[in-house]
Amino acid sequence: MTYRFRTDLRWSDVTPKGVFLNRRQLMAGAAAFGLARPALAKIAAQPSAYSTDEVPNRFEDITSYNNYYEFGTGKEDPAANAGSLTVKPWTVKIDGMVDRPGDYGLEDILAHVTLEERIYRFRCVEAWSMVVPWIGFQLSDLLARAGVRASAEYVAFETLMRPEEMPGQNYPILEWPYREGLRLDEAMHPLTILATGLYGEVLPNQSGAPIRLVVPWKYGFKSIKAIVRITLTDSQPPTSWNMQNPGEYGFYSNVNPEVDHPRWSQASERPLGAGLFAGRVPTRKFNGYDEVAGLYAGQDLAVDF
Amino acid sequence: MAPVQRINAWLRAVPAWTLYVAGAIPPAWLFFLAASGRLGADPVKGLERQMGEWALMLMVAVLAVTPLRRFVGLNLLKFRRAIGLLAFFYVLGHFLIWVLLDMGLLWSQILADIVKRPYVTIGMAGFLMLLPLAITSNNRSIRRMGAQRWQRLHKLTYPAALAGAVHYIWLVKSWPLEPFLYLALILMLLALRLRVATRAMA
Repeated sequence: MTYRFRTDLRWSDVTPKGVFLNRRQLMAGAAAFGLARPALAKIAAQPSAYSTDEVPNRFEDITSYNNYYEFGTGKEDPAANAGSLTVKPWTVKIDGMVDRPGDYGLEDILAHVTLEERIYRFRCVEAWSMVVPWIGFQLSDLLARAGVRASAEYVAFETLMRPEEMPGQNYPILEWPYREGLRLDEAMHPLTILATGLYGEVLPNQSGAPIRLVVPWKYGFKSIKAIVRITLTDSQPPTSWNMQNPGEYGFYSNVNPEVDHPRWSQASERPLGAGLFAGRVPTRKFNGYDEVAGLYAGQDLAVDF
Repeated sequence: MAPVQRINAWLRAVPAWTLYVAGAIPPAWLFFLAASGRLGADPVKGLERQMGEWALMLMVAVLAVTPLRRFVGLNLLKFRRAIGLLAFFYVLGHFLIWVLLDMGLLWSQILADIVKRPYVTIGMAGFLMLLPLAITSNNRSIRRMGAQRWQRLHKLTYPAALAGAVHYIWLVKSWPLEPFLYLALILMLLALRLRVATRAMA
């Protein structure tokens, strides 16, 4: 009888899609008229023209199928183990080539930005994909606040290192802490966001709480989670998967059906959430975000993979 | 009576066909879970991985029959054919899930993967090695081929098992434990045979 309150119900069972969309309209309407936040949603966010109109995956699919090796290598491990992570208080150290380096508290960061809902396609290097309704703000807003110096060319990111709460860090699966990086023009692109929410709620720990990067035209592992440090630098920073296997994971890691992973094809992907017999769809270059193509003009993307 | 002999006596009463019935239950259950949305966000990968892993377990089991008899005295010989055939059917299921559900019958990409991707190539090789073994896993084939030739053919089990383990290691990112456990187990079971063979020669 201990478990009598356990049910098979899912978020989608209590929130039919119609109601869901309604809620989103409500939120948008409330934001537009400067009304109080609707009681249902914890985070108010503006809709964004950068959002796809594709239907997002279910909340429980997005939050139960994660690659987050700090909490284990299994897809279900993060959901099972990330609950113990302390995400309050949280500060992000911004240093390197900036005018205003320092430890920025998360509340302080959020007080200076406008949160938007960004519904993005998410393409994993393992050739599956989802559609995720993030809530976040443009990385460029935070970088502008810190004051990027003219000498800076790259942005380096670091995940929290806390083995007592992140059990995976006790094993040498990757060289911890997890590191990622972007070229400055990629970091400043309006599609690049720092996400703090998902589906109108605070970001769950397994999804990278309290603050994570989302770069929708790159493979998922570029979108580093639980960020504690952002460094502006003039040299290409080391990145975790590239360090682990430089022949398989490049610095850029743009979604590209023409450049295969050495061990598997990237020509197509399986969109998750459409059932057993959904099959595959062709993968699109830059994950369909053609507006970033100009960033790589003159570059051979088979070399800079 | 020693415990092992007691188990042997008890096993004599269990007909081998019960293994086929028992072996059909896990895949049926797994498919039911997948079809009813209870296998997580990616039921196709769930099915594929689980069938592959079960197939490897069965390969380990079939390789364990002889060493268990020789070193422990446990006699599972009469179940060996059933275990081997189940291993084949699980690999076949794993293959069909890949072709139908994972690759969605995109034949050009399927063929390209078999040729270009070493982990797919070696997995395919292992599957093809099991094919003649499954076809000849009956008394009539043994009679027709003669025991010696039949046994020689069925030594293909060894490279097939190794191919399965390498296939698993080759497809994972980073270095998780499980694939290496299977390779270690299979190598150990093969090494036990090697020792016996060299001793027999001396």
